Amino acid sequence: MTTPSPAAGEPVVDSVLAADHGLTDEEFGGLCDLLGRSPTWTELGIASALYSEHCSYKSSKIHLRRFPTRSRRVVHGPGENAGVVDVGHGWVAAFKMESHNHPSFIEPYQGAATGVGGILRDVFTMGARPIACLDSLRFGEIEGERGARMRHLVDGVVRGIGDYGNCVGIPTVGGETGFHRSYNGNILVNAFALGVCRQDRIFTASASGAGNPILYAGSRTGRDGIHGATMASEAFDSESEAKRPTVQVGDPFTEKVLLEASLEAMRSGVVLGVQDMGAAGLTSSCFEMAARGGAGVELDLDLVPLREASLTPYEIMLSESQERMVFVTQRGQEKAVVEILSRWGLEASRIGRVADSGRARLTFRGRTVADMPVEPLVDGAPVYDRPAAPPADLHERQRAVACEPPEDPLRALKDLLGTPELGDKTWIHRQYDSTVRSNTIVGPGSDAAVLRLKGTPSALALTSDVNPSYCWLDPRMGGRQAVAEAVRNLATVGAEPVGMTNCLNFGSPENPGIAWQLRECIEGMAEACRAFDVPVISGNVSLYNETEGEAVHPTPTVAIVGVIDRLEEMGAEGDLHQVLACGFWRPGDRVVLLGSDAGEYGGSAYQRLLHGVEAGRPPAVDLEAESALCALLRQSRRAGWLTGCHDLAEGGLLLALAECAMARGIGLRAAVDCGPLSLFSEGQARALVTVPANRTEDLLAAAEARGVPAREIGDVGGDRLVLEFDGGAVDGAVDDLRRVWAEALPRAVG
Amino acid sequence: MKCGIIVFPGSNCDHDVYHVLSHVLGQETTFLWHQETSLEGCELVVLPGGFSYGDYLRAGSMAAHSPIMAAVRRHAEVGGRVLGICNGFQMLLETGLLPGAMRRNRDLRFLSVDVHLRVERDDLPWCSGYRRGDVLRMPIAHAEGNYVDTEVALDELERRGQVVFRYVDAAGRLEPAANLNGSERAIAGICNAGGNVLGLMPHPERCAEEMLGNRDGLGLLAGAVAAGGGRVGALAAAGG
Repeated sequence: MTTPSPAAGEPVVDSVLAADHGLTDEEFGGLCDLLGRSPTWTELGIASALYSEHCSYKSSKIHLRRFPTRSRRVVHGPGENAGVVDVGHGWVAAFKMESHNHPSFIEPYQGAATGVGGILRDVFTMGARPIACLDSLRFGEIEGERGARMRHLVDGVVRGIGDYGNCVGIPTVGGETGFHRSYNGNILVNAFALGVCRQDRIFTASASGAGNPILYAGSRTGRDGIHGATMASEAFDSESEAKRPTVQVGDPFTEKVLLEASLEAMRSGVVLGVQDMGAAGLTSSCFEMAARGGAGVELDLDLVPLREASLTPYEIMLSESQERMVFVTQRGQEKAVVEILSRWGLEASRIGRVADSGRARLTFRGRTVADMPVEPLVDGAPVYDRPAAPPADLHERQRAVACEPPEDPLRALKDLLGTPELGDKTWIHRQYDSTVRSNTIVGPGSDAAVLRLKGTPSALALTSDVNPSYCWLDPRMGGRQAVAEAVRNLATVGAEPVGMTNCLNFGSPENPGIAWQLRECIEGMAEACRAFDVPVISGNVSLYNETEGEAVHPTPTVAIVGVIDRLEEMGAEGDLHQVLACGFWRPGDRVVLLGSDAGEYGGSAYQRLLHGVEAGRPPAVDLEAESALCALLRQSRRAGWLTGCHDLAEGGLLLALAECAMARGIGLRAAVDCGPLSLFSEGQARALVTVPANRTEDLLAAAEARGVPAREIGDVGGDRLVLEFDGGAVDGAVDDLRRVWAEALPRAVG
Repeated sequence: MKCGIIVFPGSNCDHDVYHVLSHVLGQETTFLWHQETSLEGCELVVLPGGFSYGDYLRAGSMAAHSPIMAAVRRHAEVGGRVLGICNGFQMLLETGLLPGAMRRNRDLRFLSVDVHLRVERDDLPWCSGYRRGDVLRMPIAHAEGNYVDTEVALDELERRGQVVFRYVDAAGRLEPAANLNGSERAIAGICNAGGNVLGLMPHPERCAEEMLGNRDGLGLLAGAVAAGGGRVGALAAAGG
């Protein structure tokens, strides 16, 4: 061990400087104890990044343990760059979701673009070729004068995601976009990527074998993004504009080349481990790789390719310049990797080697600038069990408010369709390439996207979901509901859920009310995961999404991937796109409503968007009823009975019927035995299916056998949506509804 | 027919074209690296979609100067078939193998959407699976597909019958609303005077299989590999 010495001009490290780096007195004291001395400036920077909430999960780790993480399909659970599950026929899927909330608020275009870049690298470092992205976005109010900045953010985020994903050539096949004033000061940008590879081609990010070379590949290191991880671990205040330099700048072309070169290098057989440089850059990639391999590293920072020569070791270790990777190769074999990289036009340099010391030793201009134990810094980062208690106003929030039935349900429907929240999202989707790689059977705008898996009879389905209002009113029920809705969305296309990832977006965990929300949401999600037997295989936590004390609504975004084992089974009644994408297409089909409803209005779109009320209890989630419904949907899909299926979610029955009609401009005539208010109830475990008349009996018998209430409510056909209810009828031209729906978002974003 | 797909580092539709030519149409198909100088005897050369070298400058402008392009140019000059799709079309314009240029889309946004195309020529091998006036549905996915040239040049293009596909509505009518990227004369695809070089912005390779809900693009790729200049039964044979 060499004792590093401070260089001339470096600041003196004390508890004040440590506090500036986000370390508490205890954390700083612990660091000094660990090192047996005061850290150097470079070491302080490294420790502050590794101890940041973003890297260490120090406030959430204790709760994340509640998630089930195993199943017969799980190949790699949480802890790798992305989780991996077996999807059959010799293939595995690697996927993960990650937030880029803080940078996207400060600089929407680059923030969102680099969010996509980061998640793609997480997937291809596992050896998997990315085949699809989803984006879950939450914005504040966009209308009126107050919404001017928000409209700029929407535009920038959408362009950033599009320009990056489109250039790399990964289709964006779905996601969700919501608007709520709780995001006025903190938007959420959660990017998901899915990759696939042959089962025997999976890679992990570990550094092993003392003496093996460590190669640096990709873009040169610059000053961008320094302290990005720390910035993402703090709340915003009026000074946040000054943090613009902590936002990284993306280069999708380099990402594309890095993707191809990395996959080729991994196939070459001489690469032992791969890790991208994401949050906390070279620091986290080297420390995490070494920790996973139970090894140490020796790096010569003079060998790191730089954009400008004057970077300090501190800056080199903390830069979050994008599109950079680290490879560990077998000793003497690095030339083969360098050749592959240079064929793709990438610079590669040997910057150090794996050591058996268990320490990270960094030298710069002949001096040791850091010498720290790896494992205690990575795995021994502080873990906090933060005090948690229900927010003081919870009782107030949950007090039911009487819900007035609509005088004119058609008017109410149009008002809902005309909101940015429930309006058509085509304005966003058409800025994303959704068909590149030619696998997309069902793209954006349906309950779940469906992608064929070339060379197999199967397909993958994917969806992301969460209802932040439900979570705000009752985090445990909201957490359950997010998982249940995702599983239900997959069931609408007949897919069996095989794994989940999530992105937990909350305010400051140092606030007991927020810590309680986090704990309760996780508990609710975990309950649902166990009920549906869906393991959590990866995930990300984004805390401190608050500005001047105002936190975002609890938003535990869930993304679940499902498998359709035999795609051809679904296509008995029409081509696969017709039967799997949401929407009526064949006049004469019978419409059947599955599930029952007890009248759920707490947190509903009807109350929130039409009456400005967000109160009461959110819809109850009966996990048994959900399981029975999903099993019925999968059975009906496999039997080839269904010509279509759409679940009931925000807006309830009437909105779901309208969505089915608007998709292709084909109406229906139906009748239900409930009052007008019930048309907007958000009771869970419900879905609409369409079947040819000669299949209704089969479907109803199967529903009865599974205990799922089922009622034939009408027929597909015509160009009007006609729905009789107790005491009246809705009767509207589908074209009119469609116009209102299609214009909502373009009008709002101006 | 031996087919070669040129791979630039930023190509991202190369695998999709390969899939259709090789697995759907059963043709001998190979990838050709942008730094090579030989087409290895390929009779059909495809410049695929993507972002060639990042396209931070004008789309396709750097690709026009890559080593393989000299060979592509020679192939085209002796009557060999060259198909440019999306970014490949942009490259053909930049190399001068086809006339005109691309601007950013009319509303300055990337457009990923299904459009309708009207077939304007059916006497070319490319279109041997279609009839003049047929309306096809195909996806577009581009930010720079707004075709432009001088009025004189456009008149000349029309006079020589080099406009092969135009953006139309579902009924086959020329409507400004159906010409989403704002191309002059609703031009979606053109050929050279000899008819052996074709460029188009829409992606036939993404709509060539029943499973994806649309086979309208298969005819074009089947025509591309059909022998001679006449009609062929490739469509029927290519059902897979």
